[in-house]
Amino acid sequence: MDATLLLQLVLNGLIVGALYGVVAMSFVLIYKASQVVNFAQGEFLLVGAWVCWWLLTTWQVPFWAGFLVTLAFMTLFGVLLQVVVLRPLIGEPVISVIMATVGLSIFFQALMKWMFGVFAQPFPPIFETERVRVLGLEVQSVYLASLGVSAFIMLGFWWFFTYSKHGLAMRATAFDQQVAQSLGVSVPRVFAMSWAISAVVSAVAGVVVGVVNGVSSALSFYGIKVFPAVIVGGLDSVVGAVLGGLIVGVLENVAQYVDAEWLNWGNMYQIAPFYALIAILLVKPYGLFGTRNIERV
Amino acid sequence: MTSMIPAGDFRTSYRADTTIFPSRGSRLAMLAGLALLCAAPVVFGRYEMGLLIAIGYSAIAALGLNILVGFTGQISIGHAAFFGFGAFSSALLVEHHVPVPIAIWGAGLMTAAVGLVFGAPAARLKGLYLAIATLAAQFILEDFFAHARWFSGGVAGRVTEPYELFGFRFDREETFFYVVLAHVVVLFVAAANLMRTRDGRALVAVRDHYLSAEMMGINLAYYRTLSFGIASFYAGVAGALYAHYLLFVSVEAFNILYSIQFLAMIIIGGLGSVMGSMMGAAFMVLLPEVVQAGADLLAGGAIDRALRLGASISFLREMAIGAAIILFLIFEPDGLAHRWKMIKAYWKLYPFSH
Repeated sequence: MDATLLLQLVLNGLIVGALYGVVAMSFVLIYKASQVVNFAQGEFLLVGAWVCWWLLTTWQVPFWAGFLVTLAFMTLFGVLLQVVVLRPLIGEPVISVIMATVGLSIFFQALMKWMFGVFAQPFPPIFETERVRVLGLEVQSVYLASLGVSAFIMLGFWWFFTYSKHGLAMRATAFDQQVAQSLGVSVPRVFAMSWAISAVVSAVAGVVVGVVNGVSSALSFYGIKVFPAVIVGGLDSVVGAVLGGLIVGVLENVAQYVDAEWLNWGNMYQIAPFYALIAILLVKPYGLFGTRNIERV
Repeated sequence: MTSMIPAGDFRTSYRADTTIFPSRGSRLAMLAGLALLCAAPVVFGRYEMGLLIAIGYSAIAALGLNILVGFTGQISIGHAAFFGFGAFSSALLVEHHVPVPIAIWGAGLMTAAVGLVFGAPAARLKGLYLAIATLAAQFILEDFFAHARWFSGGVAGRVTEPYELFGFRFDREETFFYVVLAHVVVLFVAAANLMRTRDGRALVAVRDHYLSAEMMGINLAYYRTLSFGIASFYAGVAGALYAHYLLFVSVEAFNILYSIQFLAMIIIGGLGSVMGSMMGAAFMVLLPEVVQAGADLLAGGAIDRALRLGASISFLREMAIGAAIILFLIFEPDGLAHRWKMIKAYWKLYPFSH
């Protein structure tokens, strides 16, 4: 295998992996703030991308306006889901909460198929696509833009959780709900806010993927790919989520190449991350950066 | 033992407390129900019998999942993959000249073996980590079905033979129904009895408080893995019945949506309830029929045209599944079995319910 090809694979992996990282980050955000494992994360991407697509094609809105309306809609959507579906389930066993998000996932996947059909729809061209040479490799400019957006979101997250008041309140809640409450943090508001932020950030990722590859129900698979990413990184670590996303992105590209060249085992692009997931769960279930859960009686 | 349950707890022995049927009345009611079911082919047509068969094998798979989730407190999001593994195993065994009645149980054992492999993480993991591990199992097994041609026939799928016992072929809905019914009875009685044994109580103890259970001398790893094995066994037998009913097993059938349907069955029926698994299976099998009937009712009208109901009926069914899960979790978290118990309790004390 020559070096250029390997480099190309790794670069492709990093570009997709950065998006996985963004989605994984918003997944971890919900998990940390409200201890909900969100199986409907992929549907945030799906709903966001379809809404933006609908505004742009049916209503002929300029991209920036459509994008902003989408973000506003996703804020509302996230808060509504939290208040209507997840809030009544606070204090219920893990399985109930997981099943509720699984139910949401099926419901919105089917709803989107019903409303927009099952075929992939391209976004109206927004950017000029051209090929750029980076490190001697050909890369489409959209991919670079998507990498840029991912990096921007990650920086935004870092700023939000290090300096802003709301971000600190959320970290306090994640650390200890009772203490945060006694210090005047409104826990219900933090829960709602974490869902809103998570929905918005995922929707941005969804729009990015939609612009690059077109909008289709395949977007919800990003929500499944999140699991290998967060298990690699550790369920409750934002940094781990980003790294995990990058690792999964590179892994699936390299695994696909290795498989196509030598092994011919099958659909390694989709499946390799899950083998990695099982291996990591067996060896180091708390991931690279996760907190080890020590239980006391 | 009298035929009515006395208003109050008058049991004096441990045996009386753990009996499956608390009174002669309930035992007679169960036998009468079975007799009625045996007469079902006389009343119903082929289509309705097909639905009853679907309820039967779904209930077996759901019961297995309920032993895992409801009794042991473990979560599996890959049950349909094990169900599919059972279907393919049985077809494979039949191809190697194993008679179908034996192949069905053999498929159960093979699936249990695979379940134990994927259940190995279950010995260490619990809660959401296990949920994610089984999600991985679902995708890995699905990929295996699609690519292992010797096992599943690849994309073409696998054709298999009908159930045959003593030279009689059970190849029509009316006759195959009895095969499913027999398996349902055997496996349900086995599960109900399991819960009366030490092993069954150990599973419940692991669910309720695993640390206390471990202190009482229960081997956590053993019982978690065991319940995974039992759940896979039930799924395998159910899958085998499915295979010999349809006589054709295709690769695409066992996707994650099907896994979620099994989870929905036990949540709707009631976690940790043997009869609840049956009620949940019936609910989930009949739900698409109700959606279809609703769409048919509106067919041709303005609503139908505006919303394209007829063309998108499969999406509507999926939405109904999702909505049913969420609504039950919010409004009836203990499931249909609990509601049934409440109704019985009401009539037990009638007219002095308070």
